[in-house]
Amino acid sequence: MRVFPRFTLRRALALPLALACAGACLATPYIPADGNRTVERLPSRASPLQRDLLQQRAELSKNPNDLRRASALARRYIEQARIEGDPRYLGYAQAALAPWWQLAQAPNEVLVLRATLRQSSHQFAEALADLDTVLQRDTGNVQARLTRATVQLVTGNYSAAKASCMRLYSRAPALVVQACLSGIGSVTGDAADSYATLTAMLARYPGAEPDVRSWVQTLLAEMAARLGDQNAANAWFKQAMASGVPDSYLLGAYADFLLDQGRAPEVVTLLRDKGRIDALLLRFAIALKMLQSADAPVQAAALRARFDAAMLRGDTVHQREQARFELTLRHDADSAVKLAMLNWAVQKEPADLRILVETAAASGERGAAKTALDWIARTGIEDRTIAAPLARLRALQGQP
Amino acid sequence: MMARRLMHVLALLLALCSAPAMAHKPSDSYLTLKVSGQQVDGQWDIALRDLDMAIGLDADGNGELTWNEVRERHGAIAAYALARLKLAQPDGSACPLVIAAQMLDDHSDGAYAVLKLRARCPADVVTLDVDYTLLFDIDPQHKGLLRLEHGALTSTAIFAPDSAQQSLHVAGASRWRQFVDYVKHGVWHIWIGFDHILFLLSLLLPAVLVRRDGAWHGGAGLRPAVIDVLKIVTAFTLAHSITLSLATLGVLALPSRVVESTIAASVALAALNNIWPLFQRRRAVAAFGFGLIHGFGFASVLLDLGLPASSLLLSLVGFNAGVELGQLGIVALFLPLAFLARNTAFYRKAVLLGGSALILVIALVWLAERAFNLKILS
Repeated sequence: MRVFPRFTLRRALALPLALACAGACLATPYIPADGNRTVERLPSRASPLQRDLLQQRAELSKNPNDLRRASALARRYIEQARIEGDPRYLGYAQAALAPWWQLAQAPNEVLVLRATLRQSSHQFAEALADLDTVLQRDTGNVQARLTRATVQLVTGNYSAAKASCMRLYSRAPALVVQACLSGIGSVTGDAADSYATLTAMLARYPGAEPDVRSWVQTLLAEMAARLGDQNAANAWFKQAMASGVPDSYLLGAYADFLLDQGRAPEVVTLLRDKGRIDALLLRFAIALKMLQSADAPVQAAALRARFDAAMLRGDTVHQREQARFELTLRHDADSAVKLAMLNWAVQKEPADLRILVETAAASGERGAAKTALDWIARTGIEDRTIAAPLARLRALQGQP
Repeated sequence: MMARRLMHVLALLLALCSAPAMAHKPSDSYLTLKVSGQQVDGQWDIALRDLDMAIGLDADGNGELTWNEVRERHGAIAAYALARLKLAQPDGSACPLVIAAQMLDDHSDGAYAVLKLRARCPADVVTLDVDYTLLFDIDPQHKGLLRLEHGALTSTAIFAPDSAQQSLHVAGASRWRQFVDYVKHGVWHIWIGFDHILFLLSLLLPAVLVRRDGAWHGGAGLRPAVIDVLKIVTAFTLAHSITLSLATLGVLALPSRVVESTIAASVALAALNNIWPLFQRRRAVAAFGFGLIHGFGFASVLLDLGLPASSLLLSLVGFNAGVELGQLGIVALFLPLAFLARNTAFYRKAVLLGGSALILVIALVWLAERAFNLKILS
């Protein structure tokens, strides 16, 4: 109901309100004037991939207790989530596993998939419990072992992760085992050797699966960047990007590298149509800001709406991105460091350490500074990309 | 076989690695329910993407969903949604839902179907049992985000597969909290009700000046200015409090078009009076007379918020107190500035005459819009 027509106000507030509300609260609903107007883009049923998924789903719905079909479809959905960066597919995967989802002693296939889904929503302890159940039943289960190693690596439990990787020897391809080990070595004081070994191993297996190759190339690119070898990092990223359609992880990592190099225009080109993925929208907005583009505040506001929507639903999986958003785009170092600390309590990858160091340096928050410096001292992680904020932290703490 | 298995292994491994980048928005629906007595009005926003997955919207399957394709499926959308949302009262009696209209809205992650809901419960709603099962069978990570409004009170709830049924207390908040909420609404509504602010400012602008020989001059002291302001504000407050109360209690009613048009006219006259004196000496009288009409305007806001029968007086007093506080804020800002600037030509020419002329133009546009139901400015 129109009570007070307030055109001036509506004009003044329309943009920020629309943006602030875009994710969560209700804007003004409308009825399109033109019936032929495209109102939404959906995955096209014409694509063979979507058709295949639909068909598998239809078959499963006829026989929902078919374990083989259910786990095959769940796996397909998880893969699609990775490629498109769309978490809806993770929900579809969980739905495919519905008959077994609540069972503590579910079949091994289900437990491994459930662990994968649980870790994607940062339920790391629950994921590890599922994997331990599988490994008690079947010590040689490669999937479970690899997944376990990854969860342990993400949560910073390096000795356990290393043990998990070692158990893969002769069970998984040598390149995968080495990637597993080098991933750990590169953040535990053995960066140069880990990088060299993995580089040599990749050269020795030119026939490896394209997906594995691009994954290893991405790892190498990130390792090279942390070692400060920008040319090598650049070359690895180029190779990974050329090995097929890049997934959202690779795009994000490459964008970060380009931003560090001051190559913002390339980031804008790279991520222009990837705005549906929050993490990539964040990098896009940062690049626009570096270029002082007029579009930067608009993208930052859209991002803000996404974070608001996530908080509304009670999600905390975005804290790393949100911390970076607060620090880089909103210049709110105090909020940023709080988010970075909350994120650090959950995950401890180099990107998590980086945002912790940067926010601690920007805010001067001593607790965060001590947490970061203690971690670096304990693990021996080497990362040239955080050299500048780290120097500020050390000065802050009075360390040499 | 071994090779295929291995491929699966690696696909999952890659999925793990990319998890951190998966900060894309998951599926949510946004449900607002507004409770007033037995009546529940609501709005439910469901992503078109989710509806397509559930019941198929994209008839030609080309991935470009048109409004016509959505419209074709309105019946199916309504049936699907209504089967997955149940409202009831604690004794088990249902509040049957109907869909009054379907529209669209754009959220940060795409277009949503907007379902306008209406339900009537057998008795006044104190506790509402909500049973929400939308999409949980297809996407167990889906969540329903509920905003429950009752008068000026708002509470929220999140529905997920393990919290699909919730009992929500509608009239649970303390009376103090209710009062404070209505005070806030009052402050907010005077601040965003530009017509009231402009009316008041038009009357206050000359308070720091005196009119001699057909021209404005800076007034001598603070005292006469304060007294003048006090008279005007008191008259306006008294008048709008009277009609606000009478209209809210249902004793008096005026058509909203008449009220809104007269409010616009009052702004125009108050502004014109500064350029071409009409009732210069009797601005307090004008404040009282037109204040009566402004009170009806405030009342429609308050009635729109919905008034719980149990705390009618509380909300009325709270809202009115809020309006007065908001008004005091405006005066506290205006008076010192105007007093300091009173002897400058800038105040007399640009602020008083220029400002009044601008207000006059705006008010005339409002008047035309409201009286003739036009849309001149949007």
